Amino acid sequence: MSKYNKKIREGIVSVAFLISALVSVAAVILISIFIFANGFSAIGKIGFVDFIFGQTWKPANNQFGIFPMIIGSIYVTLGAVLIGAPIGVMTAIYLAEYCPKKFYSVFSGLVNLMAGIPSVLYGFFGLVVLVPLIRNNLDSQGMSLLAASVLLGIMILPTIVAISQASLKAVDPGYYEGSLALGATHERSIFAVKLRAARSGIFSAVILGVGRAIGETMAVIMVAGNQAIIPKSVLDGVRTMTGNIVIEMGYATDLHRQALLATAAVLFVFILIVNLTFSLVLRRSLN
Amino acid sequence: MANNKITIKDTELYYSDFHALKNINMDIVENEITAFIGPSGCGKSTLLKSLNRMNDLVEGCKITGDIRLDGEDIYGDMDINMLRKRVGMVFQRPNPFPMSVYDNIAYGPRTHGIKSRIALDEIVENSLRGAAAWDDFKDRLKQSALGLSGGQQQRLCIARAIAVEPEVLLMDEPTSALDPISTGKIEELVQELKDKYTVVIVTHNMQQAARISDVTAFFLLGELIEKGKTDQIFSVPQDKRTEDYITGRFG
Repeated sequence: MSKYNKKIREGIVSVAFLISALVSVAAVILISIFIFANGFSAIGKIGFVDFIFGQTWKPANNQFGIFPMIIGSIYVTLGAVLIGAPIGVMTAIYLAEYCPKKFYSVFSGLVNLMAGIPSVLYGFFGLVVLVPLIRNNLDSQGMSLLAASVLLGIMILPTIVAISQASLKAVDPGYYEGSLALGATHERSIFAVKLRAARSGIFSAVILGVGRAIGETMAVIMVAGNQAIIPKSVLDGVRTMTGNIVIEMGYATDLHRQALLATAAVLFVFILIVNLTFSLVLRRSLN
Repeated sequence: MANNKITIKDTELYYSDFHALKNINMDIVENEITAFIGPSGCGKSTLLKSLNRMNDLVEGCKITGDIRLDGEDIYGDMDINMLRKRVGMVFQRPNPFPMSVYDNIAYGPRTHGIKSRIALDEIVENSLRGAAAWDDFKDRLKQSALGLSGGQQQRLCIARAIAVEPEVLLMDEPTSALDPISTGKIEELVQELKDKYTVVIVTHNMQQAARISDVTAFFLLGELIEKGKTDQIFSVPQDKRTEDYITGRFG
């Protein structure tokens, strides 16, 4: 009797876990089907080459070329990584190797808090601080590729810092001691041995940062200017794929609406590539 | 005539409140193998790590007394990196760096400013020969050191340590993580090393101390109980506690 009850209870518990697990799987599958089904039909109507490589986005004229937005997303992400990766990795090194104990919890707590700040607040910060700073000091109207890159560079810091720091801390302390015992300084032991041992972890931190940057929407819209043309300099405005979708989704209908879904499909492909790279790097680092 | 390479006088060491070394006085003779034996927690590894100041990494570690290398106070003006170049160390767990065999051995010389490829090639070969590992490694210099077996890794670590031309080699239970065959090879190697280096080896294994060392020092609860010629320590120990330990009555 009790043995029988136990069996039923175990069965119920395992089914409950299975259902929970299926929720995420189902969500991913449904999102993929929805995005790609809608996206492909639009791409079919517009034509693949005209859609991906078309340089003109004029929904009113039925021109749906998202090349400027693809380039925009790539530029903004690249800019964010150029700014965020060095600062983030150096912050991680500081926290893991140099930070005095009494400041550590404050410092790392603040960095972690950055991850929790809603992106609209970052957007406000960009709008109120970065945009005027650029407008007043450089030949630009302020809302620009530069503003978006700097802002996103700041926003990806917590991701890069947390993962880089974790991988530095996971390095076998024997490496560091072995280096010191050969007469190497603290600096050389960190940079030539520890950093090397942690490099794939740090690389994957940067890739996760890329994923965060390419998908960021709200903050970017607020500071990027959003012109649907390929920027000629970092001081020009830029529109990303995410921005393209959010700005026009509210009023788009018919083919315009479908073109926006197709933009989402392209964005999704980019995210998949980033994630695939991430897991490849991770797998290599585990081997 | 025997020459004292390291002199240790009135040395006390605390880890915060824990009194880990109590009034240690001993000399370590040049080109001899000195073994530190004793039960776990007796202070033998602590004393070893005091000789190249690796204890400085331990938080709350405080050391007083006088430890000299060739008459120079190692806790005085001596540059700590220079000290560690002169007093090399092989760790309990083999710790090759995550790079090629070649780069592992070249790491120390590069650290101390040697850049020429020809000079490095020569150092790598000589160090591997010195560690009796050249024949095993000459065809795999470019391979990652992490793919080697434990015994090979430890020999690589010995080669890496001698690549910076130290005067003293400290070995902290270098065979405790290895199988008997690798252990045998390392023991043979250690005996060859004493022609060129002064060797201090910490070991849990009394047979090992008896097999390879010239001098044995027995520690208990942070004190140096007895030190003498190895054959005398193991045949006619002067102290009852040494006798109890080597006959396996405790430890």
